[in-house]
Amino acid sequence: MRLVGTSAPRAEGEAKLTGRARYVDDLPLTDFLWGLTVRSTIPYGRILSVDFDAGADWSGVTIVTAKDVPGKNVVVLLEQDQPILAADRVMHREEPIVLLAHRDRDRLWELASRVRIEYERWEPVLDIDASLALEQRLFKDDNVFKAIRIDKGDVEAAFARAARVFERTYETGLQEQAYIENQGMVATWDAAAGRLEVVGSMQCPYYVLKGLCPIMGLAPEKVVVEQAATGGAFGGKEDYPTILAAHASLLSYKSGKTVKMIYDRVEDLVATTKRHPCRTRIRTALDASGSILAMDVDATMDGGAYCTLSPVVLSRGTIHAGGPYNFENIRVESRVVATNTPPNGAFRGFGAPQTIFAMERHMDNLARELGRAPHELREEYLLRPGQTTAFSQNVGDDVYALDIQREAVARTRFEERRRECEEFNRSSRWERRGIGLATFLHGAGFTGNGEVVLDSRLKVDVTADGFVQIYSANTEMGQGKDTTFSQIAADSMGLPMARVRIITPNTARVPNSGPTVASRTAMVVGYLVQEACGAVRKALEAHAGRTWRDPDDFASLAAAHHRERGALEGWSRYEPPPGKVWDDKVYRGAAYGAYAWACYVAAVRVRLDTLEVTVESFDAFQEVGRVLNPVIAEGQIEGGVVQGIGYALCEEVKMRDGVMANANFTNYIIPTFADVPEVKVHFAERPYPFGPFGAKGIGELPMDGPGPALASALTHALGVEVNRIPATPEHLLELLGNE
Amino acid sequence: MRARLAGFSLERPGTLDEALGMLAASKERLTLLAGGTDLYVYLNAGVARPGRWLDLWGLDELRGIHEVGDHVVLGALTTYTELRASELIRGALPLLAQAAATVGAVAIQNRGTLGGNIANGSPAGDSLPPLLAYDAEIGLRSARGRRFVPFDRFYTGYRASVAAPDELIEQIRIPLGAGSSSRACRFVKVGTRAAQAISKVVAAFVLGRAGDGTVDHCRAAFGSVAPTPVRLRRLEQHVIGKRIDPALIRTSSDVLLSEIAPIDDIRSTARYRRFVARTAWQRFMEEVPGL
Repeated sequence: MRLVGTSAPRAEGEAKLTGRARYVDDLPLTDFLWGLTVRSTIPYGRILSVDFDAGADWSGVTIVTAKDVPGKNVVVLLEQDQPILAADRVMHREEPIVLLAHRDRDRLWELASRVRIEYERWEPVLDIDASLALEQRLFKDDNVFKAIRIDKGDVEAAFARAARVFERTYETGLQEQAYIENQGMVATWDAAAGRLEVVGSMQCPYYVLKGLCPIMGLAPEKVVVEQAATGGAFGGKEDYPTILAAHASLLSYKSGKTVKMIYDRVEDLVATTKRHPCRTRIRTALDASGSILAMDVDATMDGGAYCTLSPVVLSRGTIHAGGPYNFENIRVESRVVATNTPPNGAFRGFGAPQTIFAMERHMDNLARELGRAPHELREEYLLRPGQTTAFSQNVGDDVYALDIQREAVARTRFEERRRECEEFNRSSRWERRGIGLATFLHGAGFTGNGEVVLDSRLKVDVTADGFVQIYSANTEMGQGKDTTFSQIAADSMGLPMARVRIITPNTARVPNSGPTVASRTAMVVGYLVQEACGAVRKALEAHAGRTWRDPDDFASLAAAHHRERGALEGWSRYEPPPGKVWDDKVYRGAAYGAYAWACYVAAVRVRLDTLEVTVESFDAFQEVGRVLNPVIAEGQIEGGVVQGIGYALCEEVKMRDGVMANANFTNYIIPTFADVPEVKVHFAERPYPFGPFGAKGIGELPMDGPGPALASALTHALGVEVNRIPATPEHLLELLGNE
Repeated sequence: MRARLAGFSLERPGTLDEALGMLAASKERLTLLAGGTDLYVYLNAGVARPGRWLDLWGLDELRGIHEVGDHVVLGALTTYTELRASELIRGALPLLAQAAATVGAVAIQNRGTLGGNIANGSPAGDSLPPLLAYDAEIGLRSARGRRFVPFDRFYTGYRASVAAPDELIEQIRIPLGAGSSSRACRFVKVGTRAAQAISKVVAAFVLGRAGDGTVDHCRAAFGSVAPTPVRLRRLEQHVIGKRIDPALIRTSSDVLLSEIAPIDDIRSTARYRRFVARTAWQRFMEEVPGL
């Protein structure tokens, strides 16, 4: 084993740095049309008419409406409530109604303004309260896309004997994924062959394939989906690319030409999915001595106008709501509701950052209330080996919560710095300082039986000239997957990385190894890489009667195999780790195969004259099984922490009348390097037997901690509870209540 | 880009006279393009006004920072980078150099111009409060001649000014003593983040005191608290002739709040802007050297 554990250079780095990498907008095309989407301008109502201004020149324009959909006008996900083009009613602002395509991109926006859509306006439901009050019925009878309940112990009995109850409500806002590359797709319908080809920016080629077939009325073998180089995604390219792919396909189907659609930043911001806003109320039953008897958690997420992936987001959020704690009695009730806003969707963390924010802030508030240090109160309840989570999973020995928090507290001098801040605050005229921490876990891979349902398969083959090729549907989107897969394959085969090739994810060429989401790629699919390599290795060694000495020797053995036995390939298929049982009906059991455990410590300085916040230090401690590539792993953590700092302090989607009003990067404020400190990343490693070389998933983990750690640091600095993020200066002013 | 470029024409005069001639001859109002840091954004967003654009970037007559008599004269095409780099500006008019350093990113500072910031007329323009605090005058030029307008009488409303359709901003003139080092001064920008930010509140203060410690000169100028950048004349009058003490800081803050009219918008709230405007002034007054 020579490569795993080293910072091998990025496999795709040179192509990206030299500009050779082709993003969808760079693909050379001939004889193609540009596509554009005409969207609703009201949040809720009936479409009365769609007219095309007779004064405009419509020659050469391909027009597609719901009537042109050859298959079913539905985006097939968990429910079938979302049309690919609105036909008779609109459920949210910026909902696609008409598609236009023309050779001249320059003309499209003007043409779009000449499409006249008349509506009957209905009173929209724009927030959680209006939805729960059933001001309109948007989804089934109760506006609830999904409700979940988790029960452990006897919460009612615990509250009945409580000496007192401590209750708070926590809120998190919408967040934009803010990938560098906007969404984009190219579709080519070959009428003669009856075949559709789509290439674009995406996380999950097989999701796009699955979504396209019913809309286009095509069998899966008539559709090919390929990923172009993808400039960031963060969940924003998990489900949405299906919609854009379908739009480009519909235009291509009607025009007979290749159609290219690239969103500009404004369209991308107003129309595509965001992180679900969430409101969580937590009640805690305390006995006379201040011990926690029970936790009662109630979380509501805003799913937007259509169901999309909301039930799964809610599921992960609900499971993570109890945090890394062993509460004897805990109940989590949750729901995700419909509103007349653009559908919310996948975003790094997938529901967990919202509920973890609530639980970690609550533990901090409880500690304040009880006059105890935040880490001390947590220590009492952090999971020990053999204890059970809120969803009754006995974590066995795979638990590191206490260790990681103790390490973080000691190495950041947490207690001492808390006192230093308090001393500073007594004497400073214009500044306040504070320090806070958050302790949490994040489950890697699909929830519950999700990985079994996915039934991922992966192929590795060896060419006659001795190259190992990995065939997987998992996408490189900036996270370094091509590199870590190459490291795993190289070490599994005893070869250098230069002998490993990654096959471009294309549904005609690669098996379905599942989506590139849920912190599953390195851990779950990386393990499949290792296993498929093992199969190939065994076959080649069996044929040769020996193993190879070096890459040249390997090449000669591979050539011999090709000559004498034919192609050399190995397959792997997902097998659940033994003994992991999940009951989806009662939400109990092994929710995930493995958890990463973390404790993040943040220190802040607040200017009292502006309430601007400077993050003075940020320390991220986590146990991740095994670090496959230190630079990539640290990059994941640093990037996630910066994204989390934005979530906590400045990223605010300002909705007006159901649409994002600050839809550009001038006014939707993500942090720059001037806004973040050096993020210090500390890894603890305890190999996980069912991850490649022991690795667990870490992609989403760093998104969970910054919100609560920073809000707790602000609470420490200012002496007022910060229970809502983003904690903008404007919000802090509201909390402090002075003019 | 959402603009349809067929609706635009770009003309490049070779000299200032040629530009003035084109302005004089045109029946429609021409759009004047300097560094393009605002106009290109409008093009991309599809909100730029179609028609004839006049590209002034090549007019060297509109460049340069010079001492002329008892004034500093800045060409309208002076960039933020030039403001930051100029020894003259850094020494004599430091608030202007500080403001320039907070604008956008380096690329924006290389292209964005002082004249453009004035002409664009955003109430959040970072260079505008320093110009007010330094008693700047705007030199307008047309084929008809040249005239100077005190900057605090330049704007007539939100993004509207006294400049006639045939006039362009030729230069900005500032009295050399406006930023005298014997006076306390401060530039305050409260943006949406630490860099690459548009101001929620921007301010410039200049304050001089007589030998007996009473205030004998005061300029307090704010951006983003009204439809135009504003000088708070009642606040200035309130502190003139008085000694700085906690009572004056308190009463002057009340005057300040009565003189601004910030709004809620997508960048901030009226409440926050009032809070920050007041604390910026308070902190400046508390920290006047030698107090």
